[in-house]
Amino acid sequence: MWSSSADLAATTEPGQMASLEATEETKVHNLQELRRSASLATKVFIQRDYSDGTICQFQTKFPPELDSRIERQLFEETVKTLNSFYAEAEKIGGSSYLEGCLACATAYFIFLCMETHYEKVLKKISRYIQEQNEKIFAPRGLLLTDPVERGMRVIEISIYEDRCSSGSSSSGSSSGSGSSSGGGGGAGAR
Amino acid sequence: MSVMVVRKKVTRKWEKLPGRNTFCCDGRVMMARQKGIFYLTLFLILGTCTLFFAFECRYLAVQLSPAIPVFAAMLFLFSMATLLRTSFSDPGVIPRALPDEAAFIEMEIEATNGAVPQGQRPPPRIKNFQINNQIVKLKYCYTCKIFRPPRASHCSICDNCVERFDHHCPWVGNCVGKRNYRYFYLFILSLSLLTIYVFAFNIVYVALKSLKIGFLETLKETPGTVLEVLICFFTLWSVVGLTGFHTFLVALNQTTNEDIKGSWTGKNRVQNPYSHGNIVKNCCEVLCGPLPPSVLDRRGILPLEESGSRPPSTQETSSSLLPQSPVPTDHLSSSEMPEDTSTPEEMPPPEPPEPPQEGTEAEK
Repeated sequence: MWSSSADLAATTEPGQMASLEATEETKVHNLQELRRSASLATKVFIQRDYSDGTICQFQTKFPPELDSRIERQLFEETVKTLNSFYAEAEKIGGSSYLEGCLACATAYFIFLCMETHYEKVLKKISRYIQEQNEKIFAPRGLLLTDPVERGMRVIEISIYEDRCSSGSSSSGSSSGSGSSSGGGGGAGAR
Repeated sequence: MSVMVVRKKVTRKWEKLPGRNTFCCDGRVMMARQKGIFYLTLFLILGTCTLFFAFECRYLAVQLSPAIPVFAAMLFLFSMATLLRTSFSDPGVIPRALPDEAAFIEMEIEATNGAVPQGQRPPPRIKNFQINNQIVKLKYCYTCKIFRPPRASHCSICDNCVERFDHHCPWVGNCVGKRNYRYFYLFILSLSLLTIYVFAFNIVYVALKSLKIGFLETLKETPGTVLEVLICFFTLWSVVGLTGFHTFLVALNQTTNEDIKGSWTGKNRVQNPYSHGNIVKNCCEVLCGPLPPSVLDRRGILPLEESGSRPPSTQETSSSLLPQSPVPTDHLSSSEMPEDTSTPEEMPPPEPPEPPQEGTEAEK
């Protein structure tokens, strides 16, 4: 009934492969529906790391709950990249002084029409998180929440139970498409 | 299949935010609940300056130089702008933990400390961190259900945790924290200059005019001068002293809160790990450093909860729910623990040069 992804690859024809690819591409768009239908198993919260002072940095310690879900290196890389973005936002240097002095000289009216450097970096971070979610986390049944939505206190990682999963864990992006089209293929085969 | 469009007033997040703040202009303005003294500040500044521009400036512009009212106007506008910025902006409030996060932290704490039997007060929750080779303790806030970042403190007047909490200032009607400290400092600085300026030119005006028509006649002609001089005189002592105090704090990268508690002074205390050791660098960081935006998202739209209508697709955040009122748990109570309420920093600290004068703030 339920064919594994290997069987599927062996038995599919090019036409079916094309539809598989289409399924894979649309899986991102189906993400919202999947999130609503998949059940939230648990959430993990990555806390702030204050060893460098009050600047915004998050701990890169790998939480045990994610052990079976994502590779340690991928996770650490994501958190380190986020940390570097925040460090860039809070960097004290020539450009931040210039911005501060210019703003002061205009009695801060300039902020009514200009975005601060920090806000620009936060937008970059939000795009990065969305990209990471689409490429890396969603296929593994995880969802990263932008720390800005949590008051910059934590990185919230939601762990979802994939109800269509056959129980076999396949690595990479094939897991999402494999399980969802495995279900479809299984249903079709019956 | 058509989507039913519900024409309903959207609920913005500020309407459901916990804490004792008031919001105006649909969430754009954020202040404390008690605004009476702030109105007094506004009245004093506006009143004195109006008198100055209306009477003294007219004479001085003609007799001495038209630059006098121009410069006064610039100072006045700058201090009003910084006052309004200080009063209306988010001081750096840390949003309360959502239930999931609070539960997660609770679990972590229990894992480290062990469960407390019901009825007993749990021990104060402290985490130790090392910053720049010095140990800094993080305290757990029972109201907000978070471990407060270093330098953050809970304001009992506004009932919020504020980052880099300095003090709650009733004169500006808001807390002074990370996001509005520079505006506050510039406000008191420009107010000091304005006070000195108006005071000085009032004296000059009285002196010049007295030469022509006599002292008493001058006072009879512009009785407002007496009022201005009085207000300026009393304001000078308080505001200029406060400016000096905050200049000292800025140079050392300290907050009023830390100064009052003596966090970094004393023999057995650690040195301030946030100071760069260099006055110029400290000033630059505090006054011209990067300004983090507000994380409160006051104007975000809360999702509709009616069944039968699809929630609008233009949700501003994916995470929807705000922290509801604290869920009572076995170990936590929503009332402040003694360690939080007894700390002096949350009461409005006395302005350092304690003026015995009643309520005279603005100048001129």
